[in-house]
Amino acid sequence: MKKSTIPDPFEKARVESGHREMNDQNDPVSMILRHKDVRKSAHNWKTFQSGATPGRIVVPSEVNIRSLRQIPFEVDPPEHQSYRDLVEPWFKRPLEQSYQDKLAAIIQSELDKAIRKGTIEVVHEFSLPLQSRALTVLLNMPEDDAALWISWGTHVFRSEGDPLDGGKASGLTDYLDKKVEEVKKNPGTDLFSVLLASEINGRKLSDDEVKGVMMLTFAGGRDTVINFVTNTFAYLADHPESIERLRNEPEILETAIEELVRYFSPLTHMGRVVTQDTAVCEHAVKNDTRISLCWASANRDASVFENPNEVILDRKVNPHVSFGFGAHNCLGATHARTLMKILLTKLVESVKSMEILDCKENMENLDGLERKVGFHQIRIKLNPR
Amino acid sequence: MAKITFITRDNQTITVEGESGSVMALARQNGVKGIEGECGGVCSCATCHVHVQNGEFSRTGQQGTIEKDLLELNDHADETSRLCCQIRISDEIDGLVLRVAEKNSF
Ligand code: HEM
Ligand code: FES
Repeated sequence: MKKSTIPDPFEKARVESGHREMNDQNDPVSMILRHKDVRKSAHNWKTFQSGATPGRIVVPSEVNIRSLRQIPFEVDPPEHQSYRDLVEPWFKRPLEQSYQDKLAAIIQSELDKAIRKGTIEVVHEFSLPLQSRALTVLLNMPEDDAALWISWGTHVFRSEGDPLDGGKASGLTDYLDKKVEEVKKNPGTDLFSVLLASEINGRKLSDDEVKGVMMLTFAGGRDTVINFVTNTFAYLADHPESIERLRNEPEILETAIEELVRYFSPLTHMGRVVTQDTAVCEHAVKNDTRISLCWASANRDASVFENPNEVILDRKVNPHVSFGFGAHNCLGATHARTLMKILLTKLVESVKSMEILDCKENMENLDGLERKVGFHQIRIKLNPR
Repeated sequence: MAKITFITRDNQTITVEGESGSVMALARQNGVKGIEGECGGVCSCATCHVHVQNGEFSRTGQQGTIEKDLLELNDHADETSRLCCQIRISDEIDGLVLRVAEKNSF
């Protein structure tokens, strides 16, 4: 098995029953595994809700480490739509040329640094700083703020060996509290300021709502982007022919990015709380229990994807759900796609091949099953063109 | 070559010309409002949903299975619906009129 391979641990359960039971802090979860069921359940927000106790739809549950509701993530329609309408234009800014120019400058400087070093530990010396610096563009904050975010590590609620780090979570809450007070005194043009000045349904957003949106931008776009970037390096190191292909056929870049994000599925699954006794794929689920929409499993469903375990860079029909599906589909997807497009273009321009020297896999524990989501560390040597 | 007319959500009409590729890509190149094509045309996002006007649906060919499955979960889909990333530009579709569908709400 190549080092870049991301196995599919769900195949057996997906084919045999379509679901898998796991316990999580005595609030069990029925993982929904088939593509069709995942999309249908995501679509059915009335029966499978997001607006439960804050933290409960996340697996592992964050109920015990935060009380702030993340917005629009933990709000159901129709309220969800008002929040979404408010923030969506902001999250579409990555389509603007000036945004892309800023992002390109950051990506170029990180790449130049990596090539100068020759050998880098990709997670901490490339993906994490790149993710944090890129986030300053998305939030329209000073580039210097990235230094603090980088110091938080790869996940805002998780540390290596501890998937629920309460200390870290309260650190983020303190930061958000402080930031909101600062911006009230000194408003600017960043997302904090814009939200604090915003209205929803004829009233001002509350401080907690502003913090709820901001917390999500720090939490949701962090390890996902880091794994996306890191796994792409690993994949290209294992497949030098793909480096050449992307250089010679830039027209397949967008398709290739969709395929990579399908294959990696950086977010394994996301939960919902069941609001009435019902059934998913003939499996009974009870009111007030949890299901999860397993994007990673749906993305390997052989009834939808031919050769699901292969990366096919020009896969033409690719209805993956890596960015979710339905009302809550990922708001950061435009940013993530834009970042990858610029990164891949620049990387294949300047690099001939790469070698993986050593690595430590990052395995997500799913109560009796493990899924590789990426790497804790991976050292790669870059051979410039 | 084909001339294709889009009617946007605010009832503006825009006619564009293309040689090859997908109708979604053509719309995006010409900045047709409402055709976002977020997934780049791989039939994953449905932000390229159009209604084929004037009863000319059959000229666009049939919906693919994957396309149909995606449209099934779309509140604005009807028998004139296509995801225009799945329509190839050719002489066959010259003169087609496409109305940009309402944004999928939930
Ligand atoms: C490759 C990177 C990313 C992946 C794979 C990813 C994945 C996802 C998925 C699967 C969902 C759906 C969750 C659900 O249905 O409950 C989601 C939602 C969301 N993501 Fe991302 N995400 C990524 C990057 C980002 C970034 C960079 C940001 C912003 C900084 C972000 C912000 C959000 C927000 C705000 C939502 C909630 C939207 C809503 O509830 O309406 N994501 N993401
Ligand atoms: S562009 Fe995404 S489905 Fe057509």
